Amino acid sequence: MSAELAIRTRGLSRRFGALVAVDRVDLEIPRAAIYGFLGPNGSGKSTTIRMLCGLLTPSEGEAEVLGLHVPRDAEKLRRKIGYMTQAFSLYGDLSVRENLEFLGEIYSLTAAQRRARIAVLLDEFRLADRAEQRAATLSGGQRQRLALAAATLHEPELLFLDEPTSAVDPQSRRDFWESLFRLVDRGTTILVSTHYMDEAERCHGLAILDRGRVVAQGAPAVLMREIDAAVLEIEGSDLRAARDVLAHLREVQSVAQLGQRLHALVDRDVAAPEAQIARALEAAGVEAQVALARASLEDVFVAATRGLRDAESGA
Amino acid sequence: MMRLRRSLSRIAAIARKEFRHLRRDRLTGGMVAGVPLMMTVLFGYAINQDIRHLRAGVADLAGTQSARLLVQDAQATQVIDVVTAAPSVQALERMLVAGRISVGIVIPADFERRAAHGDRVRAQLLVDGGDPIVLAAARGLVALPAADRFASAARARAAGAPLFELRAYYNPERRSPVHIVPALCGVILTLTLVLFTAVAIVRERERGNLELLITTPVQTPELMLGKIAPYVLIGYAQVTLILLLGRFVFGVPIQGSLVDLYLGTGIFVAAALTLGLLISTLAQTQFQAFQMAFVTFLPQILLSGFMFPFDGMPAPARWLAEVLPLTHFLRIVRGIILRGATLGELWRDVWPLLLFFSLAITLATLRFRKRLD
Repeated sequence: MSAELAIRTRGLSRRFGALVAVDRVDLEIPRAAIYGFLGPNGSGKSTTIRMLCGLLTPSEGEAEVLGLHVPRDAEKLRRKIGYMTQAFSLYGDLSVRENLEFLGEIYSLTAAQRRARIAVLLDEFRLADRAEQRAATLSGGQRQRLALAAATLHEPELLFLDEPTSAVDPQSRRDFWESLFRLVDRGTTILVSTHYMDEAERCHGLAILDRGRVVAQGAPAVLMREIDAAVLEIEGSDLRAARDVLAHLREVQSVAQLGQRLHALVDRDVAAPEAQIARALEAAGVEAQVALARASLEDVFVAATRGLRDAESGA
Repeated sequence: MMRLRRSLSRIAAIARKEFRHLRRDRLTGGMVAGVPLMMTVLFGYAINQDIRHLRAGVADLAGTQSARLLVQDAQATQVIDVVTAAPSVQALERMLVAGRISVGIVIPADFERRAAHGDRVRAQLLVDGGDPIVLAAARGLVALPAADRFASAARARAAGAPLFELRAYYNPERRSPVHIVPALCGVILTLTLVLFTAVAIVRERERGNLELLITTPVQTPELMLGKIAPYVLIGYAQVTLILLLGRFVFGVPIQGSLVDLYLGTGIFVAAALTLGLLISTLAQTQFQAFQMAFVTFLPQILLSGFMFPFDGMPAPARWLAEVLPLTHFLRIVRGIILRGATLGELWRDVWPLLLFFSLAITLATLRFRKRLD
């Protein structure tokens, strides 16, 4: 058992009938950091989180959360974790304060502890003026702040946040992430799932999930530096024609248009890719400038999920 | 000790929350008082097993003075109201088929001659036998004492005094409310409480609250007890309301002790609530929970002895009825209210309720997993 790891899994899998929702996931998530799950809908993010909380039984593999075996010791884990569900799961017909009071009682906080914690949280999450308002009438951002306040009420060591910002405006998202960093500074470990690249980039560590598998894992900066592809930017007058040419080249993994440019990922083993692509475009009679560019997290994501697809179609 | 205190305070927290939901859900809150009020008043008046005023038609083919007297006597019993006359037996039958009348009286042309003989049937009753209660009421007419008017005095003497004298214990005036109102306590508690708890956990699941709740330290038995606790109080409030209505609107006296009555009610309420909880752990949606609750309502209402006398049912139906909590509670509540029995004397029906409660809450707790799979 490693004290510096908050979560460790080995071959964690979950099947729903014939569907493999999570496929042999190995994770090592350090303490006091924000770890992100990046992936499209249905990639197994929520299922993995639910298994780690003890809500779902793994079909195979094992998981150790805060040194406790899951799901065997799930009950012992309850007091140490906070869980913010994807959908709002507090009571709409109770007020902000009543919701927090209720959870405080469920977590066996004393009346004095409850009073103190709720006052702090209402203040920290800017809900003090909404304390007596029913949760159902809050805005999306307020609701999400309430949900985070509720998840941190009992000061858990580990927070699971399942797509916490999916229904929230950009300003609220930024505020929300500020709150997360404050929690991490106090020693909390946070596991957050998202499908936003900008959020994923803020994480200390990241696992990219695609159809139940971890296809890339590491710090965002490292992932971008060590991307398994060359990133090219193509500018020209006829981007559509250029795109058609690129799409038919075997060494080009993907092409996407970004405003007035094309963004292409080319296999790493191609020597001098910018020259090669420029020649290919010239041969097809398309006038364009090709330059090497820095990889973004989206490029990493595209390259990583693309690799899996190739492996599957080749098999 | 510490653990128990924490456990109790978690149960209290859930119960308090449940009360808040109820207070804010006006419709359900209204049902708490509205259903017993409405149903007691409605059924107290409407359910009347003492049949009176059946619509009747007469085909008087004799047209004599004594024939008219017979019809008058029949009408005097108040069992029938003669609403129409028919020229022939066929016409009377058509009215019966059309549902315009429930009873037809046929007085044959040779009525006087039959009366003189005394040992022959003098008139005929045509009854819509589709309704057994109407049929039973009409049977009463057959034994009409007025018939003796035509028998000779000597024959009447020879027949002698009747074999039995009927004394109706506990309800000497044979008023239906006395029979119905105590039973309504059980029926109304079943209808409202099973439904309330049947949706209680399903609703949390549907609204996503459960996913949060099961990641907290709350234990399954705590959740179950916290969920039913508020409804025990509500059940008591409902029973009190029904008994007050029974006492002051329908004049139903309570012969037994109130302590026994409330204790018995408490046991039944617990049984009904755990039935609801069990449904709640089986159903996936509130709609399913509603349907399942209704599936349990009909047998309880039909077989418990509320609608039909228990002893008249075939043996398999009685065995099934013995499983249903309402059957036992009806015996308890009628025993205490009408006959002044004590809970001890009714133990035969108390322990099945306790057993039902224990089994249902165990099953519900086992069925409910703090898991999503």
